[in-house]
Amino acid sequence: MSQRQIIQVFEQYQKSRMSFVQTISDLATRSQNIEILHNAGVMALLRPLLLDVVPGVQQTAALALGRLADSSDSLAEAVVKENILPDVVQSVTSHNRFHKKAAAFVLRAVAKHSPELSQAVVDCGGVDALVQCLMEFDPGVKEAAAWALGCVARHNATLSQTVVNAGAVPVLVLCLLEPEMALKRIAASTLSDICKHTPELAHAVVDAGAIPHLAQLILSRDTKLKRQVFSALSQIAKHSASLSEMVAEVGVFPAAMTCLKDPDEYVRKNVTTLMREMVKQTAELSQLVVNCGGLGAVIDYLGDCSGSLRLPGIMMLGYVASHSESLAMAVILSKGVSQLAVCLSEEPEDHIKAATVWSIGQIGQHTPDHAKAVAMANLLPKLLKLYMDASSSEDLQAKSKKALKSILQKCTHLPALEPLLYDAPSKILKHVMCQFSKVLPHDSKARRLFVTSGGLKKVQEIQAEPGSVLQEHINAINSCFPEEIVRYYSPGYSEVLLERLENYQPA
Amino acid sequence: MAGLLTLEQKLQHFRKEYFYRSNQAEENRKRENQAATLIQSWFRGCLERAYLSHLHKKAIIIQKIWRGFTARARVRQMVKAAYFIMKMNFYEEMAVRIQQRWRGFFARKHIHSFYARKSYMEGILKKNESVRNELDEICDLQKKERESLKMIQEQTAKVYQAHRLHYLLSTEQCPGVFNSPFRQAPHEMELLLRQVKHSAPNRMVPKSRVSFLGIPGPAAHGFSATTESPWMKSTRICSFRPALPPIASKNYQVMVVKATTKSLDLED
Repeated sequence: MSQRQIIQVFEQYQKSRMSFVQTISDLATRSQNIEILHNAGVMALLRPLLLDVVPGVQQTAALALGRLADSSDSLAEAVVKENILPDVVQSVTSHNRFHKKAAAFVLRAVAKHSPELSQAVVDCGGVDALVQCLMEFDPGVKEAAAWALGCVARHNATLSQTVVNAGAVPVLVLCLLEPEMALKRIAASTLSDICKHTPELAHAVVDAGAIPHLAQLILSRDTKLKRQVFSALSQIAKHSASLSEMVAEVGVFPAAMTCLKDPDEYVRKNVTTLMREMVKQTAELSQLVVNCGGLGAVIDYLGDCSGSLRLPGIMMLGYVASHSESLAMAVILSKGVSQLAVCLSEEPEDHIKAATVWSIGQIGQHTPDHAKAVAMANLLPKLLKLYMDASSSEDLQAKSKKALKSILQKCTHLPALEPLLYDAPSKILKHVMCQFSKVLPHDSKARRLFVTSGGLKKVQEIQAEPGSVLQEHINAINSCFPEEIVRYYSPGYSEVLLERLENYQPA
Repeated sequence: MAGLLTLEQKLQHFRKEYFYRSNQAEENRKRENQAATLIQSWFRGCLERAYLSHLHKKAIIIQKIWRGFTARARVRQMVKAAYFIMKMNFYEEMAVRIQQRWRGFFARKHIHSFYARKSYMEGILKKNESVRNELDEICDLQKKERESLKMIQEQTAKVYQAHRLHYLLSTEQCPGVFNSPFRQAPHEMELLLRQVKHSAPNRMVPKSRVSFLGIPGPAAHGFSATTESPWMKSTRICSFRPALPPIASKNYQVMVVKATTKSLDLED
């Protein structure tokens, strides 16, 4: 055989390898093919092609492997079991940047499914290799490496700690400064995934100087970037008051509020989440947010959106109101209570209703003025209904009871308390009675109103055990009125009168 | 004799009388004695009573004077005490008033100023309003920007279409599709076709490599026109278009694959 023919054999083999991996990678884009490919034993076939001589075959094989691992976790486990990972990690450290990108893609696809698979990636030395990739020049390689690190760090705190120990954080912060938008997005999302687990990790990220860069990125135009940036900032702020103060010092606030009107709903949700995490920590931070006009913006946000997007906004109002009564009054004056009433009536989900109920309780619990504002919005019967409703979850019932109790202990607005006399169970009733017994001795107009509206009649009909707190309050109320009126309204008085009539002999 | 007889008779009478009288007296002795005793006792009693009542009156006078004396002393004491108490009540009330006013003043000035709180609440409401207005303005601005961007994109897309569809231009002999004889005036597309000068279609260069006129090309997928479309002004192209060497087909395939990978990654 001549030399040319021999070379031709090799070229044919190479072409067939190339077409094989290309077809496999194209097939792997469709989910229905994945099972078939897996059963046909594609893993074992792709593995030697990863170490092929021709770089094109290597890269396409890596790409195919990545796509396969991406679509199902059984295939990702197969990748780990077949010991393909050390080869992939080695490809990550190779020189060709397309190869690195494809290998990083494989690592990402494996790591994203579960913590055990991520641990397997870490055990093969994947994290160090990826951090090396982060220091490359090519933005595509950096992006793929950052994404893979993000998938590893997402699962739990130990994995994040491994990523941080490999020195990824300063490099990621540098990536934030790069001009490519996609790289910035991925870097922000990876930082957010790292920070979310524990305060030490958040401190590690902050020490690398991430906050000023993230704050600058708020002003960008790109929607997805803004989502990730706000999510990262809120993950940092949520751990402790000092971290929130660091975020606040940078001057995030006035800029963040412009993003509350962003057309993308997730950006708005993340901004509200950030505000909630900051407000949760201390009263000064809540004061800062309120002074920047945050309340009006959040209340408008609650009006615009619906569903689970409202949850951070609702919780934010609750946290603001919980710190002090002037803040709670600020919430009331900004029409927070009416908005929360709207949310309560519109939302079908129990956990959102529970959060709304909790916020209402925090607002109304401070002074009689606050309780009156809550009562005027007609919320007390609704809270009672939620408490009594058998179909509400236990959490919702417990929260509505607590909120009702704390509001009732301060409510002195009697017309709002009267509807509660009719349906309430005895636990709630005793608080209502307590309030009546406090107010009625001093106010004659209230007494008159109480009698004419049928409240006294209802009070007589209540049966309480003698000696219980409820009975004491009932006695206290009865002592505010003359004896005849109390007897007149007591149940069965007409029978008593008729008996007297029967026994009466005209003289 | 007669006298003696009478005397004797008188004597006998006397004796009888004496005996009778002394008998009588003897009989009356007890009664008289008792009567005398009674009278004497009664008289002595009267004396005693008069003496006692005299003593009583004097004792009463003494006691009256004494009691008046002590009572007056006591009353004086009581008056002094009442006066003292009245004064103390007065002082206390005045002190309470002073303390009320002072505490009110102090609390209002240093601890919690109601008016400051009221103006703070009003300030917050105003700030809310102003922030709302600002946000609305910014939102409008951004919307306008986006819309203008979209319009520019649409316009460039139309111009690109016009470049590609140049063959639909109407000629002297034959009216084009967009220039139907039944229309009053030609369609805008027709006018655009007339304005735009035709250029031969360039070889399809992948956008991610193009660095045209120094503008870094955005990573676009597919061949849709963008703001930096290099086909905007055909005259510029004619002067700047260098003859690029043909790209080897194998590498091109790989690059296309990479570009599509990258786009797929971004969309993940």
